[in-house]
Amino acid sequence: MKYLSKLQKMLDSGHFAVTAEIGPPKHAGAHSIRHHAQLLKNHVDATNITDSQTAIVRLSSIASGVHILDCGIEPIVQMTVRDRNRIAIQADLLGAYSLGMRNLLCLSGDHQQFGNHPTSKNVFDIDSMQLIYLMSRMRDEKKFFCGEEIKEYEPRFFIGAVANPFADPFEYRVDRLEKKIEAGAQFIQTQCIFDMERFERFMEMVRARGLDQRAHILAGVTPLKSWRAAKYIQTGVSGMIVPDSLVERLKNAADPKKEGIKVCIEQIKHIRENIKGIHGVHVMAIAWEEVVPEIVEKAGLYPRPQVEFNPEEND
Amino acid sequence: MIIAQQKNIQDIAAMVGDCKKVLLAGCGGCVTVCLSGGEKETEILAAALRLMKKQAGQPLATVTYTATRQCEPEFIPPMDELVRDVDAVISLACGVGVQYLAERYKDKWIVPAMDTMFAGGATGFGSWEEKCGLCGDCVLHRTGGICPVIRCSKSIMNGPCGGSQHGKCEISKEVDCAWQLIYDRMKALGRLSELTVIQPPKDWSKARDGGPRRILREDLIKG
Repeated sequence: MKYLSKLQKMLDSGHFAVTAEIGPPKHAGAHSIRHHAQLLKNHVDATNITDSQTAIVRLSSIASGVHILDCGIEPIVQMTVRDRNRIAIQADLLGAYSLGMRNLLCLSGDHQQFGNHPTSKNVFDIDSMQLIYLMSRMRDEKKFFCGEEIKEYEPRFFIGAVANPFADPFEYRVDRLEKKIEAGAQFIQTQCIFDMERFERFMEMVRARGLDQRAHILAGVTPLKSWRAAKYIQTGVSGMIVPDSLVERLKNAADPKKEGIKVCIEQIKHIRENIKGIHGVHVMAIAWEEVVPEIVEKAGLYPRPQVEFNPEEND
Repeated sequence: MIIAQQKNIQDIAAMVGDCKKVLLAGCGGCVTVCLSGGEKETEILAAALRLMKKQAGQPLATVTYTATRQCEPEFIPPMDELVRDVDAVISLACGVGVQYLAERYKDKWIVPAMDTMFAGGATGFGSWEEKCGLCGDCVLHRTGGICPVIRCSKSIMNGPCGGSQHGKCEISKEVDCAWQLIYDRMKALGRLSELTVIQPPKDWSKARDGGPRRILREDLIKG
């Protein structure tokens, strides 16, 4: 069996995967990316690299991916449909594949209003659903988005998508997840889970439809540094739910950062032990990448299984 | 209809800063209905400009004329006489009207008093909302009569995105999530299963991205 990426091999082999997120810097220096990659290298199976998240200009996800790959971690390139039309998306992804990227995560992207260029024009030529479908068709049928044949060297990405169980309408989130799997998504990373009860209800519906058998679902977790961060996410970020009990817990903690890490570890253990159908965790330690190794170790996910993968083997 | 709103008066005054006499040309079409560029608003703007320029020590003479519609060339010639002896024309029509004036009066300085906003309608007295993105490829039969192209801030065809919460869009609690509205309506109509179809990429060449659009009707041309 040929695998598209090390992450796919890990997941298909039944290992509980660990991915993390590295946010590229707001400048042209790669040292922070390389520093974080070195730090996470032995503790995660792959790292996402965000694509100008919250619409703030950052070093590109594909260029960051080159640095990460060079440090010995498999990157998951995030591609939003906010900034590029269908021509630029395809050109960039052909380039990304040629540079050794093998995992692709397809997203809409935060609206530019939230970023540092709120007067920019958004693109949204295609949407994330269409990107998933067109990239899987590019791999499986060797076709550009327009239908024209790719004569050779078609990019063969392991394709992922996101799901947000905390956005509305709640029941439709499962329909939309199914739609993404139908479109070609092979792995799913969820939005940060703080409301575990709602996530469990979501997963019940997912399992009832057998969706966990058709794609690898990785549960998203985020360690919080303070009760203010929790409050901000609760009130200021659309599509996120933070229970008051979590805000209070951080507020009452003697050392909120330690408590935040502790909460995150508890969440991972709970998800792994009690929620069926979850094939891994995705740790989004926003601007706090250095705590990931500790979280992975204390959650009992270290050492990571050794899976051999040669990115050239498909070429 | 086309919804337009007046620019800031300082900006309008600056466009005709060196003029002694101007014509303010109102429009009896959409901008009259949306209370921004009809006869009444034209007179008010003329009076405000005169007052402002007088206080600045640079008196400005104004004449006014409100065309039935500035977006149809046949309604423009009646203002030929008035245009002849002014230094500039300030049009209170949408961008279509301004361009027809500029086409007809080749040696005149023609400026817009309005920002042409969108195709939409009133949602209450004094409030208007965009309803149609003029995309040239209508999908309303697939989305319960609610336009995702213009009412979704990301123009998503397979929504809603992860930013939809409590029926509102991620960009503002004042903005309804178009896809929540679509979902609710399709559910009420018993047609939710239609939303599971993966909608293909849109043909934007029929929208503004294909250059100025034209319609040629052979049946009318041959007449």
